[in-house]
Amino acid sequence: MIFLHAQAAVAATPEELVHLVRQDCGSCHGMTLQGGLGLPLTPSALRDKPVDSLVATIIHGRPGTAMPAWKSILSEADAHWIVTHLLEGFPEEKR
Amino acid sequence: MHRLALPLLLGVALLSGCAGNSLREETSAVRLRGTGDLGVIVERARGSVAIVDTTTRSILGRVEGLGDLSHASVVFSRDGRYAYVFGRDGGLSKVDLLTLALEKRILQAGNSIGGAISQDGRMVVAQNYTPGGIRAFDAGTLEPLADVPASYGKDGARSKVVGLVDLSGNRFAYALFEAGEIRITDLSDPAHPRTDAYAAGKQPYDGLVSPDGRFYLAGLFGEDGLALLDTWQPQQGSKKILANYGRGEEKLPVFKMPHLRGWSIAGGRAWLPAIGRHEVLVADSKNWQEVARVAVKGQPVFVMASPDGRHVWVNFAFPDNGWVQVIDTLTTQVVKTLQPGKAVLHMEFTPRGETVWVSARDDNTVSIYDTGSFERLATLNVDAPSGIFFTSRAMRTGF
Repeated sequence: MIFLHAQAAVAATPEELVHLVRQDCGSCHGMTLQGGLGLPLTPSALRDKPVDSLVATIIHGRPGTAMPAWKSILSEADAHWIVTHLLEGFPEEKR
Repeated sequence: MHRLALPLLLGVALLSGCAGNSLREETSAVRLRGTGDLGVIVERARGSVAIVDTTTRSILGRVEGLGDLSHASVVFSRDGRYAYVFGRDGGLSKVDLLTLALEKRILQAGNSIGGAISQDGRMVVAQNYTPGGIRAFDAGTLEPLADVPASYGKDGARSKVVGLVDLSGNRFAYALFEAGEIRITDLSDPAHPRTDAYAAGKQPYDGLVSPDGRFYLAGLFGEDGLALLDTWQPQQGSKKILANYGRGEEKLPVFKMPHLRGWSIAGGRAWLPAIGRHEVLVADSKNWQEVARVAVKGQPVFVMASPDGRHVWVNFAFPDNGWVQVIDTLTTQVVKTLQPGKAVLHMEFTPRGETVWVSARDDNTVSIYDTGSFERLATLNVDAPSGIFFTSRAMRTGF
């Protein structure tokens, strides 16, 4: 489970973030991140998008779309970690 | 795993292979059974389904190799023997609940969200995100019968399809997320599908049909309210119900889309998830006016009336997905708050509603609750369980 920091003080662990992205971002983007109601989050789909704007999308959401603001759950540092790893090809969960 | 069903599948093989022999002679050696108390539980991470018996509360076996089941849904053949599993990756798998075997599997699209089965049981229809549209298949062979793109606008863009349900006359109703429409496609002659479109509103996210098959409701993500279409008089178009339920207040973040099905309608009322509010909305299902709203722990995902309509069970989106709440439908009050496990994804009532099965993905458990006492009766170990589907759905319109 993920532990939710309203402030950026305590960053989530990589393991928690991988779980969050695969399972909960995966509700819309697919567990394999190939997309669903949300867009694909594969490296090729994200390649041309600036890191900062991807981080901002996670933190603030995208008004007018189904993408919510995750700022109540994730710190900027968490979002940056997620974006960096999405661009590299996101890790699988250890099972 | 126990494979209690194994003797009976031998029975099936023997019987079908020895039609000329005495039935009594064959059945004396084998154990026959029905499927009315069977079901499947999706194991989303490993791409398998567990086949379960709701009488013995046990797992009979597992069928693997069903692809990406990170979002999966299931419909049943009208004889209750086969489960059709629609996977995220466009896979459509036909699983035999008696032999615990994968009978056939096709890849019918790039990205799929679910499906339905026709009134006559002869065709299964998939609803797809990529390519956006619906596709019909022969329920026996899974051979393709029809392909109906969800094209809209001047350039013919394809919309994602949500909320597919069966209607009478082998018609199907569904909603288009980007196009903001409800469509009804008549597949009574699958070689010549006929489709009518009705404006619905902004970003329909799912749909349901009332248990009698008459009213189609599309939930809207992009605006407050739901679109209601009377499928007996579709020419009247859809109308908005529960409009402006958010009263212009800022929405809370929705970390998972709610799901709608015909279980929302019970006791003359519709019990519906609000979007961006931690509320269940209650409407009179005669005039569709709001009669109550119930404050709950989080963003509702499934709002499910028990078969007798006595209670409504609610689970929630992340991060409140460890809770389940039970609403008394007489008082519209929450009467029980449960913690079945981490990441509760789905609930399913046994056919007459004496128990409800609840999946907890991150605990790898399915808990079985008594719906009268709310006591946990049993817990099954299932690998990352998501959807739970019992064969009683085979007999219900909209499932």
